[in-house]
Amino acid sequence: MMIPFRALVRKDILLFFVDRRALLMSFAIPIAIGSFFGYVLGGQGDAAQSKIPVLAVDQDGSAISRDIVTRLSGEKALDVKPSNPADARAAVRKGAATVAVIVPPNFGQDAGRAFFGPQQKPEIAVLFDPSHTAERAMVTGMLAGDVMQSVSKEMFTGQTGRAMVKDSLAQVEQIPGLPDADKKPLEDLLRSVDRWNQSGQGDSAGLSRGLTMPFTTREEAVTARQNTKYNGYAHAFAGMVVQFVLFLGIDVGIGLLQQRQRGLWKRFRAAPLSRGVLLGSRAVSAAILAFLVVQVNFLFARLVFGVKVEGSMLGFLGVSAAFALMTAAFGMLVATVGKTPEATRGLSIFAVLIVVMLGGAWIPMFLFPQWLQKLTVVVPTRWAMDGFEAMTWRGLGLQAAAAPIAVLLLFAAGFGVLAVARFRWEVEG
Amino acid sequence: MLQVDDLKKSYGNLVAVNGVSLRAGAGETIGLLGPNGAGKTTTVALIAGLVRPDSGSVEIEGRRLQGDSDSIKRRIGLVPQDLALFDELTAEANLQLFAALYDLDGAAAKRAIGETLELVGLADRAHDRVKDYSGGMKRRLNLAAALLHDPQILLLDEPTVGVDPQSRNAIFDNLEILKGSGKTLLYTTHYMEEAERLCDRIIIMDHGKVVANDTLQGLYRMLPVTNLLSVELDNGQDGLRLDELQTLPGIHSARLEAGTLRVGVQDMATGTPRLLQWLVERGHLYHHVASERANLETVFLTLTGRSLRDS
Repeated sequence: MMIPFRALVRKDILLFFVDRRALLMSFAIPIAIGSFFGYVLGGQGDAAQSKIPVLAVDQDGSAISRDIVTRLSGEKALDVKPSNPADARAAVRKGAATVAVIVPPNFGQDAGRAFFGPQQKPEIAVLFDPSHTAERAMVTGMLAGDVMQSVSKEMFTGQTGRAMVKDSLAQVEQIPGLPDADKKPLEDLLRSVDRWNQSGQGDSAGLSRGLTMPFTTREEAVTARQNTKYNGYAHAFAGMVVQFVLFLGIDVGIGLLQQRQRGLWKRFRAAPLSRGVLLGSRAVSAAILAFLVVQVNFLFARLVFGVKVEGSMLGFLGVSAAFALMTAAFGMLVATVGKTPEATRGLSIFAVLIVVMLGGAWIPMFLFPQWLQKLTVVVPTRWAMDGFEAMTWRGLGLQAAAAPIAVLLLFAAGFGVLAVARFRWEVEG
Repeated sequence: MLQVDDLKKSYGNLVAVNGVSLRAGAGETIGLLGPNGAGKTTTVALIAGLVRPDSGSVEIEGRRLQGDSDSIKRRIGLVPQDLALFDELTAEANLQLFAALYDLDGAAAKRAIGETLELVGLADRAHDRVKDYSGGMKRRLNLAAALLHDPQILLLDEPTVGVDPQSRNAIFDNLEILKGSGKTLLYTTHYMEEAERLCDRIIIMDHGKVVANDTLQGLYRMLPVTNLLSVELDNGQDGLRLDELQTLPGIHSARLEAGTLRVGVQDMATGTPRLLQWLVERGHLYHHVASERANLETVFLTLTGRSLRDS
C-alpha cells in the first residue's frame, strides 16, 4: 500500500509546483499583501509614524492664541498648518485634514477672564472628520493641555495677564450672584497674583511656562523581551498565511472534484486501493503543502522584515503543523460541499473570508466588540492567529502553543470525520 | 473469464441497469452497444467495482469482486470515457503514477511504461506534457494507462470519442494486438461501425436492459429483412399502391420517403427483379435504384422501434 500512497502524495506535490496559479496564490500574493499590511500596521516599530493633519485657524491674534498654535505645532503627533475657517471646513469635509481647530476673536481676553472669574468661557471650535474619532480625541486632549499652559502662562507672567488681574480685582464687587463669603477669598487670590506679578518673580519661579502637567509618562511596548520592538509584519504575515493557506485548502477540495469530473477518480477507484489510501494520501499531501507554505512565508518575513520566532520554535512548528492538518481536513470537507467545482468554489471562498475576518487576520481582534471577541473562540482561524502571534512577537513558551495546537487538531478531526462521512465514494455511471 | 449475473442498479427512481448478464472468455471482444443513457457506462462501472450493485454479481476468473481493495481488481484495466490524465504532467509522469496504483515502481514500472508507450506509438513523446498532445494522442495514452499492470480484462468505455480517423484506426490496431494476445475486451460504444469491426459478440442495451446478445451474424438473422432497396421514382407517388406492393412474395416492407420508395427484401436475388417488374407493369418509371445492407442500426431499430443515433 505504500507504493500507491507515496505516488499519490508525490503527484499532488508535483502538480502544486507546476501550477503557476497555485504558486502565486501561496507565496507571491500573501507575501505582497503581508508586506503591505505589515508596513501599514507599524512596520518594524522604528518607522516614522504618520502625523495627524490638523489645520489651525487663529481669528484672535492675541499672545495667548498665537502661543496655543505654536504649542500645537510642536506636538510630535500632529502636522499643523494655518488656515481660515472656510478652507478648514472644506478640507475636513474632503478628508484632506483630520481635525481643524478654530480659535475665535477675543479668545485670549475671554479665556483670561474666565481663568479667575465665573465669566462665560470662550469656545474653541474643533471640526473633525467623523471617520477619525480616535484622532479627534487625541487632538482635543493635546489642545486642552496647550490652552491651559498658554492661558496660565499669560495670566501669571504676561502683560495681558497683569492688566486682566487688575481688571478682575476691580470687578469682584460687581459680580452678580457671588456670595459675600466667596468674594473675600477671590479678592485675596487676585491681590496675591497681582503682587506676584509686580514683584517680577513669575519668570524666575518657572511660571513662564504656565501651569503644566505635574507628571510625565514612560511608555513601553511589552513584547517578547525588553528592547525587542513590536514588529507589525508578524501580525500581518500570520494573517495572510492563515488566509492563503485556507485558500490552498479550498484548492485541495476543488481538485478532488475536478478529478471526479475528469474521470481520474474512476481510474483511482478502479485500482485495488482502500478509501483510506485514496483520501489519506490527499490529506497528507495537502498538509505537507500547507506546512511548507507557512514556513516559506514566515521565512520571507524573517529574512526581509526581521519577524522572528521569539517564543518556542517547537511551539511555532506545532502550531504550523496543527494548522496544516486542519487545512487538509477542511479541504476534504470542501470536496463534499457541492457536486461541481464551480458551485463549490464560491461558497468555500465566502466561508474562508468570514472565518479569516473573524479570526482577526485582517484587523486585530481588540477592535472587535467584546461579545464578538468571545464568540470567535469557535473559529479555528482565531486559534491559528493566537498561536502564531504567541510564538512570534509575543515570545511566549511552548505552553502557550498547547491550547491553539489542541483546538486546531480538534477542528482537524471534526472536519475529517465530517468529510469522510459525507464523501461520495461512488462514481456516477 | 468475466462473468456478470443479473446486475441491477438504480439511482432513485431511475433504473440505470436492469438485470444485465454477460460472459466473456480469453481473447474474446464483447461490444456493448446502445444509445446514450442505455446503461453501458454504469454496467462498466459496476464491473470495475466503481459502483456497488443493488443486486447481482461480478466474477473475475471465478472470483467474486468484493470491496475497494480486492486484489482481483488487478486483473482489470479500465479505460474511462473521459481523458483521465493529468494534463500538466508528462506522459511518463502520468504513467508512473498509474503504474504505482498497482504497486509497480522502479525497474518494473519503467519496463511496463516503455512497453505500453511503444504499443500505443508514443515512446518518442514520453517526456512531453500531456497538454501538448493532440486529442488522438491523449486517447492513446488514456489506453496505455490501463495496460501498465498487464490486466487480463480490459474495460473500454467509448475509447474513441472525439478522435480523428487516423487515431481511431491506431487504437483499433492496438486493440486487435491485445485481443490477439488473449485479453478479454469489453468495449462500449454507440458507433455501430466500431462494434461491427471489433466485436465477436455484441450486446445491445436500451433503458438499462439487454435487448440482444449475439454474434453479428446472429443479430442479422433476427432481422426480417437483410437488404433495403431505395427506388427514386420519376413521377413521385402518383397512383402507387403500397398495400398491393407489400403483398408480393419476398417483399417485407414498403414505404415512401420524399419521392423515394424504400422496400425491405429478405432475398436480393429474387426480391429486386420482382419489385422492378411490378413497378414497370404499373407504369411507375424510375431513374435510380440503390441497395443497402441491413446493419446494427437496423437491428436496433427493429428491436426497440427507435433509431440508435437519434435516441
